[in-house]
Amino acid sequence: MNRLFEIVRRDLRLALRQGSDSVMVVTFFVLTVILFPFGIGPEANILERVSPGVLWVTALLASMLSLDRLFQADYEDGSLELLALTPTALEVLVIGKVIAHWLTTGLPLMIAAPVLAVLLHMNGDGFVALLVTMLLGTPTLSLVGAMGAALVLGARRGGVLLSLLVLPLYIPVLIFGVGAIDAVVQGLESGAQLLVLGGILLAALPLAPLAAAAALRQALE
Amino acid sequence: MDSIATFFEMGGYARFVWPAYGLVGLVTVGLLVTSLRTLRVRERALAALQEEMPGRRGRSRDL
Amino acid sequence: MQGLANPARFMRLSKVVQPWLALASVLLIGVGLYFALFGSPADYQQGQTVRIMYVHVPSAWLGMVGYTTMALASAVGLIWKHPLADLVAKAAAPIGASFTFLCLATGSLWGKPMWGTWWAWDARLTSMLILLFLYLGYMALQSAFDDPGRGARAAAILALAGFINVPIIKFSVDWWKTLHQPASLMKMSGPTLPPSMLTPLLLMVAGFTCFFVVVLLLRVRAEIIASKIRAIRLTQIHGSHESPLADRLAG
Repeated sequence: MNRLFEIVRRDLRLALRQGSDSVMVVTFFVLTVILFPFGIGPEANILERVSPGVLWVTALLASMLSLDRLFQADYEDGSLELLALTPTALEVLVIGKVIAHWLTTGLPLMIAAPVLAVLLHMNGDGFVALLVTMLLGTPTLSLVGAMGAALVLGARRGGVLLSLLVLPLYIPVLIFGVGAIDAVVQGLESGAQLLVLGGILLAALPLAPLAAAAALRQALE
Repeated sequence: MDSIATFFEMGGYARFVWPAYGLVGLVTVGLLVTSLRTLRVRERALAALQEEMPGRRGRSRDL
Repeated sequence: MQGLANPARFMRLSKVVQPWLALASVLLIGVGLYFALFGSPADYQQGQTVRIMYVHVPSAWLGMVGYTTMALASAVGLIWKHPLADLVAKAAAPIGASFTFLCLATGSLWGKPMWGTWWAWDARLTSMLILLFLYLGYMALQSAFDDPGRGARAAAILALAGFINVPIIKFSVDWWKTLHQPASLMKMSGPTLPPSMLTPLLLMVAGFTCFFVVVLLLRVRAEIIASKIRAIRLTQIHGSHESPLADRLAG
């Protein structure tokens, strides 16, 4: 457990020292969402209708931006090999990295999302649902993304490849994330969608670190 | 003759039915041909390599 | 199973089986085609377009069979570190991807006269589209490494992760579809087919499956030979040092 906190703290310290990652991700998120009114027109009712989908799709893309660096730096300077030699399981390392990734991307995205929802005229009822779905959904994105990042270590064109691997696996999160917000906006129950989102998170919580650790092991072979 | 023409017309849907069958034929035959060709090319490359190394020939008799 | 595990024995066995499978495939597809195009009635609702079903459904079937083969072979390759399993997974991917593409293309050609549009976000078509991208990701990852062994292992992990995800994706797409079901769309062929249509369909499915196995065997043989070539080149480079891979493959 201590090792886990150590890994999270180390990654956070590195992220803060480099400074730019979270800011870049949020800037990308804001900028891309702002492009939509230019693309589809400023009519409030149209923007309101598409706002959950736009916010979620853009959040998926933004959360991928910092993924390819998740293990890359540690892999290149050899510290990943040192970490693998310590008695701590690689799974714990992955979970630590995922927590650090979520704190530096998922959480800032969650904070930025309501502001952008205002710009897109999202129905007031949808705001809580938006926050809850992002709270349940973005950790899954970090978990699945960590698996993808571990798989492409040392690959050619790793960044583009990563998006090809990870985006199809993000679709369920997108469907249920948007579905929950849409249901609330239409005055319906969103409990089922939130349960499924939580279920996906609970399933990804053990499985994704296992797969990512297996991928790291074969990358270090 | 007339029945052949009506057969190819496919009740007016010829431009959907025949492209579907044609595409399936094209892709499956293409798959078969490329797979066969890769196999032949590699078999020849292996044979050439084994010519160069007569010492190893006996070990690969199962090919 | 143990008999297939040895690459050399696999080569011999596949050479014996292959001609028979090829013959079965030609006969089944030939008879199936006769029934599909001449010997079966037009659908009372869909008219002659129902004949597209006889190539669409086998393609969809093989798209899924291909992914299952790939995932199972990947699991065997990861757990038992068996070189042949990796080669089977690698060989199955392009075949499965081709049939997934054919399923989408024929579905589109069927959709235009039936739904009035080339593409509908039908739950089944959408799932197949995502499956195609899972295939493309798998093949891209596999070929992205200089060391083919590394590519095979990474791709195997991805294939398993994708395989676990397929039911989740299927479930989400079905759920999403029921929410957005437009009323104007016509239902695809119902659950029960009359025997006159079921016969050609089953013949085609069986024939296509034989074809799949034939091409799979061809490609696995080509992969075995490729790794033999690689092993020989390695021993040439390293002089007299025997590589363990070469020993294993030479059987």
